[in-house]
Amino acid sequence: MLDAMQTGAPPLVQMDNIYKQFGGIHAVEGVSTDLYPGEVVGVLGHNGAGKSCLMRILSGAMRASSGQIHVNGAPADMKSPHDARAFGIETIYQTLALANHLDAPANLFMGRELRTRFGNLDEKRMLSEATEALRQLNPNFKNLREPVARLSGGQRQVIAIARAIYFQAKILIMDEPTAALGPSETAMVADLTLKLKQEGIGIFLISHDMADVFELCDRVMVMNKGRNVGAFRIEDVNKDDILSLIIKGTLPDDWEPRGNSR
Amino acid sequence: MSAATQGADKDERIKEISRFRQALIRPELGGIVGTVAVFTFFLLTAFDSGMFNAQGVMNWSVVSAQFMIIAVGACLLMIAGEFDLSVGSMIGFAGMMIAIFSVTLAWPVWLAIMITFVLCVFIGAINGFIVIRTGLPSFIVTLAFLFILRGFTIFFPQVLERKTIIGGIKDAAEGDWLAPFFGGKVGGPIFEWMGNVGLIETFSRGTRAGQPVVDGIPMLIVWAIGLVIFGHILLTRTRFGNWIFAAGGDAEAARNSGVPVNRVKVLMFMFTAFCATVFATCQVMEFGSAGADRGLLKEFEAIIAVVIGGALLTGGYGSVIGAALGALIFGVVQQGLFFAGVESSLFRVFLGLILLGAVILNTYIRRLITGER
Repeated sequence: MLDAMQTGAPPLVQMDNIYKQFGGIHAVEGVSTDLYPGEVVGVLGHNGAGKSCLMRILSGAMRASSGQIHVNGAPADMKSPHDARAFGIETIYQTLALANHLDAPANLFMGRELRTRFGNLDEKRMLSEATEALRQLNPNFKNLREPVARLSGGQRQVIAIARAIYFQAKILIMDEPTAALGPSETAMVADLTLKLKQEGIGIFLISHDMADVFELCDRVMVMNKGRNVGAFRIEDVNKDDILSLIIKGTLPDDWEPRGNSR
Repeated sequence: MSAATQGADKDERIKEISRFRQALIRPELGGIVGTVAVFTFFLLTAFDSGMFNAQGVMNWSVVSAQFMIIAVGACLLMIAGEFDLSVGSMIGFAGMMIAIFSVTLAWPVWLAIMITFVLCVFIGAINGFIVIRTGLPSFIVTLAFLFILRGFTIFFPQVLERKTIIGGIKDAAEGDWLAPFFGGKVGGPIFEWMGNVGLIETFSRGTRAGQPVVDGIPMLIVWAIGLVIFGHILLTRTRFGNWIFAAGGDAEAARNSGVPVNRVKVLMFMFTAFCATVFATCQVMEFGSAGADRGLLKEFEAIIAVVIGGALLTGGYGSVIGAALGALIFGVVQQGLFFAGVESSLFRVFLGLILLGAVILNTYIRRLITGER
């Protein structure tokens, strides 16, 4: 990913001076950030710091009050999740957001169902495509025809990730993807995240889990009260620096870049 | 950390379920069991009463078909996560509008029917838009429309005709091309033939001597079957059906996946209104009059049929076939108790017991299917 940064190619995503107000509350105040291919950028902060809000703006679920978003250097105006998907932006939610009473293929293709030439659902093809897509991620995934309410948290998250891969997402937003998962499932999702990164997908990772952040992220960006209070390469900060930013909004007084990159 | 994904070739948490069990356990199971139970009961207790000869069958079929028409709309709307309590008032309102347009204003009946359909589906859309825009529970919004529409249904004929029942629609509909699609009968020649060869009884006296006792299938039943087939295919075979399930299951998740949840819900409100208007039109064409009290409590009867049929009150789960069976159970019990000579006031007791039994059975089945606890 650093190659991309150095060659001066436009970033996958560039968010400039994003503002979002709800009545008198400023949820996001003038935040700018960017994301390059094959890079994981951690978005950190307290609950209510505005990180989910910022990501919802990028995923089209919410509209910014002002500010610009560029995708691959071209201005992108996201009015709905549908628009965002057209730009290759997919989101994975902490709530394992799926339609509970439908099966895995139906969820994988939700909103973009495959249809036969008669216009009805092409269940056969959706099942075979979903089987293929899910097998690549998790060979144990066999009970495809069951309502997803019966599946484990990890399996549900795999469906969400498979959705992103199947529709060839370029930009992935992971909003605390492991918050509802157990330890082994968390490890599986972390595995998948690195796999996606290797394939050149850019990932915004919202997380509260410092271990995850240091294991997966290339850069971090910390938000406090709606503002971006610091963006660093992961080598330049340690856990305490980040906690200080999250809690106080400033770095420790004696901070200097810790990385050996300079 | 990759250790977690390895070393588990076979996931012991996945339980194998036999094909038979899988085929058996479906949302409609409660409805199927109920239908079998109800028919068994009446075959044993009321077989000789005429309930199962041609006239008797037609009698409870028509009543069941009425329930079916409104149950299909209520079912799809409930799966989409919303209620419509204004169905009963909508039936009264639609019938009254047809009467006012065709009799009081003397418009051609086909025009009266069409305008009424447009008007009622539009009111359904308003219901939907208010629910979507305000985020209020549809329970409250449509409760308001229950009163508003019923109020107008009483007000308009009072002011225009100084009475609460407008008749004379049969005369107005004479020779109309659209009216037979709601008030007519099909299959007359087949029934005549069945009467001739002795499959069904014929009148032995009177002006209709020699004619079969049942001279055709009312369009009401044709509409009911048509709507059930349409609803079932829409729900299970199209992507719109998937969206209905998703919108009712978790609207936020559906929205995030790019499902146009608002459009789905508004369309379902419109479809419910459409079904209510079909019911009203058939009723008006059959009776030849519209009354201000028509359709009272129909909204609950529709919801009961849907719930007997296995749908979840909170949305996201259900079946049109189940709702149709629920309507059949409802109709057969209502008419069957009459044939069996049971005191008619006990009908409500039976209905309550069936509703309770069905809901308990359905909850159990649903847990088997979805693994909820």
